[in-house]
Amino acid sequence: MARRSTPLWWRGYRYWAYQDRKTWRSSITTSFLFHILYLAAMGVGLGSLVDKHAHTVGGVSYLDFVAPGLLAATAMQIGANDAMYPVMGAIKWIRTYFAMLATPLRVEDVLIGHLGWIATRVAIVSAAYLAVIAAFGVVASPLAVLALPAAVATGLAFSAPIAAFAATQDKDVGFTTIYRFGLIPLFLFSGTFFPVGQLPGWLQSVAYATPLYHGVDLCRGLVLGRISLGPALGDAVYLVALAGVGSVAAHRTFARRLVV
Amino acid sequence: MALSRTASTPGTSAPPGGAGALVSARQLTKRFGDFVAVDGVDFDIARGESFGFLGPNGAGKTSTMRMISCMSPVSSGTLRVLGLDPAVDGPSIRSRIGLVPQEDTLDLELTVLDNLMIYGRYFDLPRHVIRQRAARLLDFAQLTDRADDRVDPLSGGMKRRLTIARSLISDPDLLILDEPTTGLDPQARHLLWDRLYRLKQEGVTQVITTHYMDEAEQLCDRLVVMDHGRFAAEGSPRELIERYSTREVVELRFRSGEHEALSGRLDGVAERVEVLPDRLLLYAADGDASLAEVHRRGLAPESSLVRRATLEDVFLRLTGRTLVD
Repeated sequence: MARRSTPLWWRGYRYWAYQDRKTWRSSITTSFLFHILYLAAMGVGLGSLVDKHAHTVGGVSYLDFVAPGLLAATAMQIGANDAMYPVMGAIKWIRTYFAMLATPLRVEDVLIGHLGWIATRVAIVSAAYLAVIAAFGVVASPLAVLALPAAVATGLAFSAPIAAFAATQDKDVGFTTIYRFGLIPLFLFSGTFFPVGQLPGWLQSVAYATPLYHGVDLCRGLVLGRISLGPALGDAVYLVALAGVGSVAAHRTFARRLVV
Repeated sequence: MALSRTASTPGTSAPPGGAGALVSARQLTKRFGDFVAVDGVDFDIARGESFGFLGPNGAGKTSTMRMISCMSPVSSGTLRVLGLDPAVDGPSIRSRIGLVPQEDTLDLELTVLDNLMIYGRYFDLPRHVIRQRAARLLDFAQLTDRADDRVDPLSGGMKRRLTIARSLISDPDLLILDEPTTGLDPQARHLLWDRLYRLKQEGVTQVITTHYMDEAEQLCDRLVVMDHGRFAAEGSPRELIERYSTREVVELRFRSGEHEALSGRLDGVAERVEVLPDRLLLYAADGDASLAEVHRRGLAPESSLVRRATLEDVFLRLTGRTLVD
Protein backbone atom coordinates (compact mmCIF):
# COMPACT_ATOMS: atom_id res chain seq x y z
CA MET A 1 0.00 0.00 0.00
CA ALA A 2 2.62 2.47 1.05
CA ARG A 3 5.00 3.73 -1.64
CA ARG A 4 8.54 2.45 -1.25
CA SER A 5 10.46 5.38 0.15
CA THR A 6 13.19 6.98 -1.94
CA PRO A 7 16.74 6.48 -0.57
CA LEU A 8 17.75 9.52 1.45
CA TRP A 9 20.94 10.20 -0.52
CA TRP A 10 18.97 10.17 -3.75
CA ARG A 11 16.78 12.97 -2.42
CA GLY A 12 19.95 15.02 -1.97
CA TYR A 13 21.14 14.08 -5.45
CA ARG A 14 17.81 15.16 -6.89
CA TYR A 15 18.25 18.62 -5.42
CA TRP A 16 21.54 19.17 -7.23
CA ALA A 17 20.16 17.84 -10.46
CA TYR A 18 17.20 20.19 -10.11
CA GLN A 19 19.02 23.35 -9.13
CA ASP A 20 21.60 22.69 -11.83
CA ARG A 21 19.05 21.97 -14.54
CA LYS A 22 19.26 25.41 -16.10
CA THR A 23 22.99 25.92 -15.73
CA TRP A 24 24.62 22.54 -16.20
CA ARG A 25 24.63 22.74 -19.97
CA SER A 26 26.45 26.03 -20.07
CA SER A 27 28.90 25.20 -17.28
CA ILE A 28 29.64 21.78 -18.70
CA THR A 29 29.85 23.07 -22.26
CA THR A 30 32.44 25.61 -21.18
CA SER A 31 34.80 23.02 -19.75
CA PHE A 32 34.04 20.65 -22.62
CA LEU A 33 34.88 23.26 -25.24
CA PHE A 34 37.97 24.29 -23.33
CA HIS A 35 39.37 20.80 -23.55
CA ILE A 36 38.29 20.29 -27.15
CA LEU A 37 40.19 23.48 -28.01
CA TYR A 38 43.18 22.12 -26.16
CA LEU A 39 42.84 18.92 -28.09
CA ALA A 40 42.73 20.78 -31.39
CA ALA A 41 45.68 23.01 -30.55
CA MET A 42 47.87 20.36 -28.95
CA GLY A 43 46.81 17.16 -30.62
CA VAL A 44 46.32 18.41 -34.15
CA GLY A 45 48.39 21.62 -34.27
CA LEU A 46 51.37 20.83 -32.11
CA GLY A 47 50.91 17.14 -32.91
CA SER A 48 51.70 17.60 -36.60
CA LEU A 49 55.00 19.18 -35.63
CA VAL A 50 55.79 16.49 -33.07
CA ASP A 51 54.92 13.68 -35.43
CA LYS A 52 57.12 15.18 -38.15
CA HIS A 53 60.15 15.08 -35.90
CA ALA A 54 59.59 12.37 -33.38
CA HIS A 55 57.25 10.19 -35.47
CA THR A 56 55.57 8.71 -32.41
CA VAL A 57 55.11 9.50 -28.73
CA GLY A 58 54.91 6.42 -26.59
CA GLY A 59 54.39 4.43 -29.77
CA VAL A 60 51.38 6.39 -31.07
CA SER A 61 50.72 9.65 -32.90
CA TYR A 62 50.73 12.77 -30.74
CA LEU A 63 46.98 13.25 -31.18
CA ASP A 64 46.37 9.69 -29.99
CA PHE A 65 48.69 10.35 -27.09
CA VAL A 66 47.17 13.63 -25.96
CA ALA A 67 43.46 12.95 -26.52
CA PRO A 68 42.93 10.30 -23.80
CA GLY A 69 45.21 12.22 -21.46
CA LEU A 70 42.96 15.24 -21.82
CA LEU A 71 39.99 13.04 -20.97
CA ALA A 72 41.49 12.39 -17.53
CA ALA A 73 42.52 16.04 -17.16
CA THR A 74 38.95 17.13 -17.97
CA ALA A 75 37.60 14.75 -15.36
CA MET A 76 40.06 16.13 -12.82
CA GLN A 77 39.14 19.71 -13.58
CA ILE A 78 35.38 19.19 -13.25
CA GLY A 79 35.69 16.91 -10.25
CA ALA A 80 37.94 19.33 -8.41
CA ASN A 81 36.07 22.47 -9.37
CA ASP A 82 32.66 21.17 -8.40
CA ALA A 83 33.88 20.24 -4.94
CA MET A 84 35.18 23.73 -4.15
CA TYR A 85 32.74 26.64 -4.42
CA PRO A 86 29.58 24.52 -4.55
CA VAL A 87 30.52 22.78 -1.27
CA MET A 88 31.53 26.01 0.42
CA GLY A 89 28.35 27.68 -0.85
CA ALA A 90 26.19 24.88 0.47
CA ILE A 91 27.74 25.46 3.90
CA LYS A 92 28.24 29.20 4.05
CA TRP A 93 26.22 31.09 1.48
CA ILE A 94 23.16 29.22 0.32
CA ARG A 95 23.32 26.87 3.31
CA THR A 96 21.75 24.08 1.31
CA TYR A 97 23.28 21.40 3.50
CA PHE A 98 21.59 22.86 6.57
CA ALA A 99 18.26 22.93 4.77
CA MET A 100 18.74 19.25 3.91
CA LEU A 101 19.76 18.29 7.43
CA ALA A 102 16.54 19.75 8.84
CA THR A 103 14.71 17.11 6.80
CA PRO A 104 15.15 13.33 7.05
CA LEU A 105 18.54 13.47 5.29
CA ARG A 106 21.68 12.62 7.27
CA VAL A 107 25.22 13.90 6.76
CA GLU A 108 26.14 10.86 4.67
CA ASP A 109 23.11 11.44 2.45
CA VAL A 110 24.04 15.07 1.96
CA LEU A 111 27.59 14.06 1.02
CA ILE A 112 26.75 11.13 -1.23
CA GLY A 113 24.01 13.10 -2.95
CA HIS A 114 26.41 15.90 -3.79
CA LEU A 115 29.34 13.69 -4.83
CA GLY A 116 26.89 11.65 -6.89
CA TRP A 117 25.85 14.71 -8.84
CA ILE A 118 29.47 15.74 -9.38
CA ALA A 119 30.15 12.23 -10.72
CA THR A 120 27.21 12.67 -13.07
CA ARG A 121 28.62 15.91 -14.42
CA VAL A 122 32.01 14.30 -14.94
CA ALA A 123 30.33 11.40 -16.72
CA ILE A 124 28.33 13.68 -19.05
CA VAL A 125 31.39 15.63 -20.17
CA SER A 126 33.53 12.52 -20.44
CA ALA A 127 30.96 10.74 -22.59
CA ALA A 128 30.70 13.74 -24.92
CA TYR A 129 34.46 14.02 -25.06
CA LEU A 130 34.87 10.31 -25.81
CA ALA A 131 32.40 10.65 -28.67
CA VAL A 132 34.41 13.54 -30.10
CA ILE A 133 37.77 11.76 -29.91
CA ALA A 134 36.14 8.70 -31.44
CA ALA A 135 35.19 10.94 -34.34
CA PHE A 136 38.82 12.06 -34.54
CA GLY A 137 39.70 8.39 -34.96
CA VAL A 138 41.58 8.20 -31.68
CA VAL A 139 39.57 5.40 -30.12
CA ALA A 140 41.27 2.14 -31.02
CA SER A 141 39.60 -0.39 -28.78
CA PRO A 142 36.18 -1.35 -27.43
CA LEU A 143 37.83 -1.09 -24.03
CA ALA A 144 37.36 2.68 -24.50
CA VAL A 145 33.90 2.21 -23.03
CA LEU A 146 35.64 1.55 -19.72
CA ALA A 147 37.39 4.89 -20.00
CA LEU A 148 34.10 6.46 -18.91
CA PRO A 149 34.09 4.89 -15.42
CA ALA A 150 37.85 5.48 -15.30
CA ALA A 151 37.26 9.19 -15.92
CA VAL A 152 34.54 9.28 -13.27
CA ALA A 153 36.90 7.61 -10.80
CA THR A 154 39.55 10.18 -11.69
CA GLY A 155 37.06 12.98 -11.06
CA LEU A 156 35.98 11.56 -7.71
CA ALA A 157 39.59 10.99 -6.67
CA PHE A 158 39.74 14.78 -6.70
CA SER A 159 36.24 15.79 -5.60
CA ALA A 160 36.07 13.66 -2.47
CA PRO A 161 39.28 14.91 -0.80
CA ILE A 162 38.69 18.45 -2.01
CA ALA A 163 35.14 18.39 -0.61
CA ALA A 164 36.65 17.20 2.68
CA PHE A 165 39.00 20.17 2.57
CA ALA A 166 36.35 22.67 1.47
CA ALA A 167 34.20 21.80 4.49
CA THR A 168 36.99 22.93 6.80
CA GLN A 169 37.47 26.31 5.13
CA ASP A 170 35.98 29.67 6.00
CA LYS A 171 37.41 31.54 3.03
CA ASP A 172 38.02 30.58 -0.55
CA VAL A 173 41.75 31.41 -0.65
CA GLY A 174 42.57 27.73 -0.14
CA PHE A 175 41.00 26.97 -3.51
CA THR A 176 43.42 29.29 -5.28
CA THR A 177 46.25 27.44 -3.58
CA ILE A 178 44.88 24.10 -4.73
CA TYR A 179 44.78 25.39 -8.29
CA ARG A 180 48.18 27.03 -8.22
CA PHE A 181 50.14 24.30 -6.49
CA GLY A 182 47.98 21.30 -7.25
CA LEU A 183 45.81 21.22 -10.31
CA ILE A 184 47.83 23.32 -12.74
CA PRO A 185 51.15 21.49 -12.14
CA LEU A 186 49.29 18.18 -12.35
CA PHE A 187 47.63 19.23 -15.59
CA LEU A 188 51.02 20.02 -17.13
CA PHE A 189 53.28 17.32 -15.70
CA SER A 190 51.22 14.17 -15.11
CA GLY A 191 51.74 12.64 -18.50
CA THR A 192 48.89 14.40 -20.27
CA PHE A 193 51.06 16.23 -22.83
CA PHE A 194 54.29 14.23 -22.75
CA PRO A 195 55.40 10.95 -21.20
CA VAL A 196 56.38 11.23 -17.56
CA GLY A 197 59.64 9.52 -18.58
CA GLN A 198 60.76 12.86 -20.02
CA LEU A 199 60.86 14.38 -16.54
CA PRO A 200 64.03 14.37 -14.42
CA GLY A 201 64.23 11.25 -12.27
CA TRP A 202 63.06 12.64 -8.94
CA LEU A 203 60.13 14.40 -10.55
CA GLN A 204 59.08 11.15 -12.18
CA SER A 205 58.52 9.62 -8.75
CA VAL A 206 56.47 12.65 -7.76
CA ALA A 207 54.41 12.30 -10.92
CA TYR A 208 53.78 8.60 -10.28
CA ALA A 209 52.42 9.46 -6.85
CA THR A 210 49.78 11.87 -8.15
CA PRO A 211 46.22 10.84 -8.94
CA LEU A 212 46.14 12.48 -12.35
CA TYR A 213 49.06 10.34 -13.55
CA HIS A 214 47.02 7.22 -12.79
CA GLY A 215 43.90 8.68 -14.36
CA VAL A 216 45.81 9.56 -17.52
CA ASP A 217 47.57 6.20 -17.66
CA LEU A 218 44.34 4.28 -17.22
CA CYS A 219 42.28 6.36 -19.67
CA ARG A 220 45.02 6.25 -22.27
CA GLY A 221 45.44 2.50 -21.97
CA LEU A 222 41.72 1.89 -22.31
CA VAL A 223 41.10 4.29 -25.20
CA LEU A 224 44.07 3.08 -27.21
CA GLY A 225 43.67 -0.54 -26.26
CA ARG A 226 47.29 -0.62 -25.18
CA ILE A 227 46.93 -1.89 -21.69
CA SER A 228 48.30 -4.54 -19.39
CA LEU A 229 46.19 -5.80 -16.57
CA GLY A 230 48.60 -5.27 -13.66
CA PRO A 231 49.36 -1.55 -14.04
CA ALA A 232 45.77 -0.83 -15.10
CA LEU A 233 44.47 -2.51 -11.98
CA GLY A 234 46.99 -0.54 -9.95
CA ASP A 235 45.74 2.71 -11.47
CA ALA A 236 42.11 1.80 -10.80
CA VAL A 237 42.76 0.73 -7.21
CA TYR A 238 44.70 3.94 -6.58
CA LEU A 239 41.89 6.14 -7.91
CA VAL A 240 39.09 4.28 -6.16
CA ALA A 241 41.05 4.19 -2.92
CA LEU A 242 41.68 7.93 -3.05
CA ALA A 243 38.02 8.58 -3.75
CA GLY A 244 37.11 6.26 -0.88
CA VAL A 245 39.53 7.72 1.64
CA GLY A 246 38.49 11.21 0.53
CA SER A 247 34.84 10.35 1.08
CA VAL A 248 35.49 9.05 4.59
CA ALA A 249 37.46 12.20 5.36
CA ALA A 250 34.68 14.32 3.88
CA HIS A 251 32.09 12.54 5.99
CA ARG A 252 34.15 13.46 9.02
CA THR A 253 34.75 17.10 8.11
CA PHE A 254 31.12 17.54 6.98
CA ALA A 255 29.86 16.13 10.27
CA ARG A 256 32.21 18.33 12.26
CA ARG A 257 31.07 21.41 10.35
CA LEU A 258 27.37 20.67 9.98
CA VAL A 259 26.36 18.79 13.13
CA VAL A 260 27.51 20.60 16.24
CA MET B 1 1.77 6.05 6.05
CA ALA B 2 -1.59 6.08 7.79
CA LEU B 3 -0.60 2.94 9.64
CA SER B 4 2.64 4.32 11.00
CA ARG B 5 0.77 7.41 12.17
CA THR B 6 -1.59 5.39 14.39
CA ALA B 7 1.31 3.37 15.73
CA SER B 8 3.10 6.45 16.93
CA THR B 9 0.28 8.41 18.52
CA PRO B 10 1.04 9.47 22.07
CA GLY B 11 0.69 6.79 24.68
CA THR B 12 2.15 3.92 22.70
CA SER B 13 5.71 4.91 23.49
CA ALA B 14 5.50 6.99 26.62
CA PRO B 15 8.41 9.37 27.00
CA PRO B 16 10.00 9.80 30.40
CA GLY B 17 7.88 12.11 32.48
CA GLY B 18 4.71 13.50 30.95
CA ALA B 19 2.86 10.76 29.10
CA GLY B 20 1.77 12.02 25.71
CA ALA B 21 4.27 14.85 25.66
CA LEU B 22 5.51 15.57 22.14
CA VAL B 23 8.85 16.64 23.50
CA SER B 24 10.26 15.57 26.81
CA ALA B 25 13.66 16.40 28.26
CA ARG B 26 15.38 15.36 31.48
CA GLN B 27 18.68 16.86 32.53
CA LEU B 28 19.18 17.85 28.91
CA THR B 29 22.69 19.19 28.46
CA LYS B 30 24.68 20.61 25.57
CA ARG B 31 28.39 21.22 25.87
CA PHE B 32 30.81 22.75 23.39
CA GLY B 33 34.20 21.80 24.79
CA ASP B 34 34.27 23.36 28.26
CA PHE B 35 31.37 25.68 27.56
CA VAL B 36 28.01 24.49 28.82
CA ALA B 37 25.37 25.95 26.52
CA VAL B 38 22.41 24.05 28.00
CA ASP B 39 22.85 23.03 31.60
CA GLY B 40 20.61 20.12 32.60
CA VAL B 41 17.11 21.36 31.83
CA ASP B 42 13.81 19.45 32.23
CA PHE B 43 10.68 20.18 30.24
CA ASP B 44 7.65 18.59 28.61
CA ILE B 45 5.81 20.05 25.65
CA ALA B 46 2.25 18.85 25.15
CA ARG B 47 0.46 18.28 21.87
CA GLY B 48 -1.23 21.43 20.60
CA GLU B 49 0.74 23.67 22.91
CA SER B 50 2.77 26.75 21.95
CA PHE B 51 5.86 26.53 24.07
CA GLY B 52 8.41 29.31 24.24
CA PHE B 53 12.03 29.66 25.18
CA LEU B 54 12.58 33.29 26.16
CA GLY B 55 16.02 34.62 26.86
CA PRO B 56 18.83 36.85 25.69
CA ASN B 57 21.30 35.89 22.96
CA GLY B 58 23.59 33.16 24.22
CA ALA B 59 21.12 31.83 26.80
CA GLY B 60 21.08 28.38 25.19
CA LYS B 61 17.78 28.67 23.32
CA THR B 62 19.10 27.82 19.89
CA SER B 63 21.20 24.95 21.22
CA THR B 64 18.07 23.53 22.82
CA MET B 65 16.11 23.97 19.60
CA ARG B 66 18.79 22.31 17.53
CA MET B 67 18.73 19.31 19.83
CA ILE B 68 14.94 19.10 19.62
CA SER B 69 15.08 19.29 15.85
CA CYS B 70 17.64 16.44 15.82
CA MET B 71 20.28 18.55 14.13
CA SER B 72 22.62 18.64 17.09
CA PRO B 73 23.50 15.64 19.29
CA VAL B 74 22.62 15.68 22.98
CA SER B 75 25.72 15.88 25.21
CA SER B 76 24.03 14.25 28.19
CA GLY B 77 20.60 13.74 29.69
CA THR B 78 17.61 12.30 27.88
CA LEU B 79 15.52 13.77 25.13
CA ARG B 80 12.47 12.24 23.50
CA VAL B 81 10.86 13.89 20.52
CA LEU B 82 7.56 12.42 19.32
CA GLY B 83 8.34 9.56 21.67
CA LEU B 84 11.58 8.72 19.85
CA ASP B 85 15.26 9.11 20.65
CA PRO B 86 16.97 11.65 18.34
CA ALA B 87 20.26 9.73 18.55
CA VAL B 88 18.57 6.64 17.07
CA ASP B 89 15.64 7.87 15.02
CA GLY B 90 16.81 11.25 13.71
CA PRO B 91 15.50 10.78 10.17
CA SER B 92 12.03 9.56 11.28
CA ILE B 93 11.71 12.36 13.82
CA ARG B 94 12.80 14.98 11.31
CA SER B 95 10.31 13.63 8.80
CA ARG B 96 7.57 14.79 11.18
CA ILE B 97 9.11 18.13 12.20
CA GLY B 98 8.96 21.48 10.48
CA LEU B 99 11.95 23.68 11.22
CA VAL B 100 12.20 27.43 10.82
CA PRO B 101 15.88 28.05 11.53
CA GLN B 102 17.25 31.32 12.82
CA GLU B 103 19.03 31.96 9.53
CA ASP B 104 17.04 31.30 6.39
CA THR B 105 18.29 28.43 4.27
CA LEU B 106 16.26 29.27 1.17
CA ASP B 107 17.72 28.76 -2.26
CA LEU B 108 17.91 32.35 -3.42
CA GLU B 109 18.53 31.55 -7.08
CA LEU B 110 15.39 29.46 -7.38
CA THR B 111 11.78 30.57 -7.42
CA VAL B 112 9.45 30.65 -4.46
CA LEU B 113 7.55 27.64 -5.76
CA ASP B 114 10.75 25.73 -6.55
CA ASN B 115 11.87 26.18 -2.96
CA LEU B 116 8.70 24.52 -1.74
CA MET B 117 9.02 21.83 -4.39
CA ILE B 118 12.60 20.98 -3.49
CA TYR B 119 11.91 20.91 0.21
CA GLY B 120 8.88 18.69 -0.22
CA ARG B 121 11.00 16.27 -2.25
CA TYR B 122 13.41 15.90 0.68
CA PHE B 123 10.42 14.49 2.53
CA ASP B 124 9.74 12.23 -0.42
CA LEU B 125 6.32 13.72 -1.08
CA PRO B 126 4.94 13.08 -4.57
CA ARG B 127 5.00 16.15 -6.80
CA HIS B 128 1.23 16.45 -7.08
CA VAL B 129 0.91 16.46 -3.29
CA ILE B 130 3.54 19.18 -3.01
CA ARG B 131 1.80 21.24 -5.68
CA GLN B 132 -1.52 21.03 -3.85
CA ARG B 133 0.00 21.94 -0.52
CA ALA B 134 2.18 24.65 -2.05
CA ALA B 135 -0.87 26.43 -3.45
CA ARG B 136 -2.49 26.45 -0.02
CA LEU B 137 0.72 27.44 1.78
CA LEU B 138 1.54 30.25 -0.63
CA ASP B 139 -1.89 31.63 -0.01
CA PHE B 140 -1.33 31.28 3.73
CA ALA B 141 2.02 33.06 3.46
CA GLN B 142 0.55 35.70 1.14
CA LEU B 143 3.07 34.86 -1.54
CA THR B 144 0.79 33.49 -4.24
CA ASP B 145 1.55 36.30 -6.68
CA ARG B 146 5.29 35.81 -6.11
CA ALA B 147 5.24 32.04 -6.71
CA ASP B 148 7.30 32.21 -9.90
CA ASP B 149 9.67 34.95 -8.76
CA ARG B 150 13.19 34.32 -7.63
CA VAL B 151 13.62 34.39 -3.86
CA ASP B 152 16.65 36.67 -3.78
CA PRO B 153 14.91 40.04 -4.23
CA LEU B 154 12.08 39.28 -1.78
CA SER B 155 11.87 41.31 1.43
CA GLY B 156 13.03 39.86 4.74
CA GLY B 157 9.44 39.37 5.85
CA MET B 158 8.53 37.54 2.66
CA LYS B 159 11.54 35.25 2.97
CA ARG B 160 10.60 34.50 6.55
CA ARG B 161 7.03 33.70 5.54
CA LEU B 162 8.35 31.49 2.78
CA THR B 163 10.57 29.67 5.28
CA ILE B 164 7.53 29.07 7.47
CA ALA B 165 5.46 27.92 4.50
CA ARG B 166 8.30 25.61 3.52
CA SER B 167 8.51 24.13 7.01
CA LEU B 168 4.81 23.24 6.75
CA ILE B 169 5.06 21.43 3.40
CA SER B 170 5.48 18.07 5.13
CA ASP B 171 2.42 18.65 7.31
CA PRO B 172 4.54 18.36 10.47
CA ASP B 173 3.33 17.28 13.91
CA LEU B 174 5.71 19.73 15.49
CA LEU B 175 6.75 23.17 14.26
CA ILE B 176 10.02 24.57 15.59
CA LEU B 177 10.59 28.28 15.16
CA ASP B 178 13.95 29.74 16.12
CA GLU B 179 13.57 33.50 16.46
CA PRO B 180 10.94 33.70 13.75
CA THR B 181 10.70 37.49 13.61
CA THR B 182 14.20 38.70 14.47
CA GLY B 183 15.23 41.41 12.05
CA LEU B 184 11.74 42.11 10.71
CA ASP B 185 9.95 45.42 10.77
CA PRO B 186 6.88 45.75 13.03
CA GLN B 187 4.38 45.29 10.22
CA ALA B 188 6.05 42.12 8.99
CA ARG B 189 6.20 40.80 12.55
CA HIS B 190 2.50 41.34 13.13
CA LEU B 191 1.65 39.55 9.91
CA LEU B 192 3.83 36.61 10.95
CA TRP B 193 2.29 36.51 14.41
CA ASP B 194 -1.12 36.39 12.82
CA ARG B 195 -0.07 33.42 10.67
CA LEU B 196 1.42 31.59 13.63
CA TYR B 197 -1.70 32.22 15.66
CA ARG B 198 -3.78 30.64 12.90
CA LEU B 199 -1.53 27.60 12.91
CA LYS B 200 -1.99 27.31 16.63
CA GLN B 201 -5.73 27.37 16.18
CA GLU B 202 -5.38 24.56 13.68
CA GLY B 203 -3.74 22.56 16.45
CA VAL B 204 -0.12 22.67 15.27
CA THR B 205 2.24 22.26 18.21
CA GLN B 206 4.80 25.05 18.19
CA VAL B 207 8.11 25.50 19.92
CA ILE B 208 9.35 29.06 19.67
CA THR B 209 12.49 30.82 20.78
CA THR B 210 12.56 34.56 21.00
CA HIS B 211 14.24 37.39 22.76
CA TYR B 212 11.22 39.60 22.27
CA MET B 213 8.95 39.58 25.28
CA ASP B 214 5.98 40.88 23.29
CA GLU B 215 6.41 37.98 20.89
CA ALA B 216 6.47 35.48 23.73
CA GLU B 217 3.35 37.07 25.24
CA GLN B 218 1.58 36.98 21.89
CA LEU B 219 2.47 33.48 20.85
CA CYS B 220 3.18 31.27 23.83
CA ASP B 221 0.78 29.37 26.06
CA ARG B 222 3.65 28.48 28.29
CA LEU B 223 7.26 29.49 28.36
CA VAL B 224 10.52 29.13 30.16
CA VAL B 225 12.79 32.05 30.84
CA MET B 226 16.27 30.91 29.96
CA ASP B 227 19.53 32.39 31.16
CA HIS B 228 23.05 30.93 31.09
CA GLY B 229 21.78 27.56 29.91
CA ARG B 230 19.25 27.14 32.72
CA PHE B 231 15.60 27.84 33.27
CA ALA B 232 15.08 30.80 35.57
CA ALA B 233 11.31 30.35 35.62
CA GLU B 234 8.49 28.52 33.89
CA GLY B 235 4.80 29.25 33.41
CA SER B 236 2.27 31.06 31.26
CA PRO B 237 3.10 34.68 30.46
CA ARG B 238 0.32 35.80 32.81
CA GLU B 239 1.49 33.55 35.65
CA LEU B 240 5.06 34.67 35.32
CA ILE B 241 4.11 38.32 35.42
CA GLU B 242 1.92 37.74 38.46
CA ARG B 243 4.59 35.73 40.23
CA TYR B 244 7.61 37.90 39.52
CA SER B 245 6.24 41.37 39.03
CA THR B 246 3.61 43.76 40.27
CA ARG B 247 0.62 44.53 38.09
CA GLU B 248 1.89 47.94 37.03
CA VAL B 249 5.19 49.62 36.45
CA VAL B 250 6.11 53.31 36.53
CA GLU B 251 9.02 54.29 34.35
CA LEU B 252 10.78 57.47 35.35
CA ARG B 253 13.49 59.27 33.42
CA PHE B 254 15.63 61.90 35.06
CA ARG B 255 18.44 63.97 33.64
CA SER B 256 21.47 61.80 33.07
CA GLY B 257 23.56 61.02 36.13
CA GLU B 258 20.87 62.28 38.42
CA HIS B 259 18.81 59.21 39.02
CA GLU B 260 21.25 57.09 41.09
CA ALA B 261 21.29 59.84 43.68
CA LEU B 262 17.52 59.92 43.69
CA SER B 263 16.90 56.31 44.46
CA GLY B 264 17.17 56.84 48.22
CA ARG B 265 14.39 59.43 48.11
CA LEU B 266 12.04 56.93 46.53
CA ASP B 267 11.89 54.54 49.49
CA GLY B 268 8.39 53.30 50.03
CA VAL B 269 6.80 54.78 46.93
CA ALA B 270 6.60 51.31 45.39
CA GLU B 271 7.05 47.66 46.32
CA ARG B 272 10.36 47.59 44.51
CA VAL B 273 12.60 50.03 42.67
CA GLU B 274 14.94 49.03 39.84
CA VAL B 275 17.66 51.43 38.79
CA LEU B 276 18.65 51.02 35.15
CA PRO B 277 21.28 53.10 33.38
CA ASP B 278 18.67 55.14 31.53
CA ARG B 279 15.61 54.97 33.76
CA LEU B 280 14.06 54.03 37.09
CA LEU B 281 11.36 51.39 37.34
CA LEU B 282 8.86 51.48 40.18
CA TYR B 283 6.97 48.24 40.70
CA ALA B 284 3.55 48.86 42.22
CA ALA B 285 0.02 47.51 42.16
CA ASP B 286 -1.26 50.99 41.47
CA GLY B 287 1.12 52.89 39.23
CA ASP B 288 -0.79 56.15 39.24
CA ALA B 289 -0.74 56.29 43.06
CA SER B 290 3.03 55.71 43.06
CA LEU B 291 3.58 58.40 40.47
CA ALA B 292 1.46 60.83 42.50
CA GLU B 293 3.62 60.01 45.54
CA VAL B 294 6.77 60.73 43.49
CA HIS B 295 5.46 64.16 42.60
CA ARG B 296 4.28 64.77 46.18
CA ARG B 297 7.86 64.24 47.32
CA GLY B 298 8.87 67.10 45.07
CA LEU B 299 10.72 65.02 42.49
CA ALA B 300 10.44 66.17 38.89
CA PRO B 301 11.32 63.44 36.39
CA GLU B 302 11.88 64.53 32.79
CA SER B 303 9.33 61.98 31.72
CA SER B 304 7.14 59.35 33.32
CA LEU B 305 5.05 56.47 32.09
CA VAL B 306 2.65 54.11 33.84
CA ARG B 307 2.30 50.76 32.10
CA ARG B 308 1.30 47.18 32.74
CA ALA B 309 4.06 44.79 33.70
CA THR B 310 5.50 42.62 30.91
CA LEU B 311 7.79 39.64 30.61
CA GLU B 312 10.64 42.13 30.30
CA ASP B 313 10.04 42.97 33.95
CA VAL B 314 9.96 39.29 34.82
CA PHE B 315 13.29 38.83 33.10
CA LEU B 316 14.79 41.83 34.82
CA ARG B 317 13.65 40.53 38.16
CA LEU B 318 14.98 37.05 37.52
CA THR B 319 18.34 37.94 36.03
CA GLY B 320 18.99 41.54 36.99
CA ARG B 321 19.45 42.35 33.32
CA THR B 322 17.29 43.66 30.52
CA LEU B 323 16.44 41.29 27.71
CA VAL B 324 17.20 43.30 24.60
CA ASP B 325 19.84 45.94 24.72
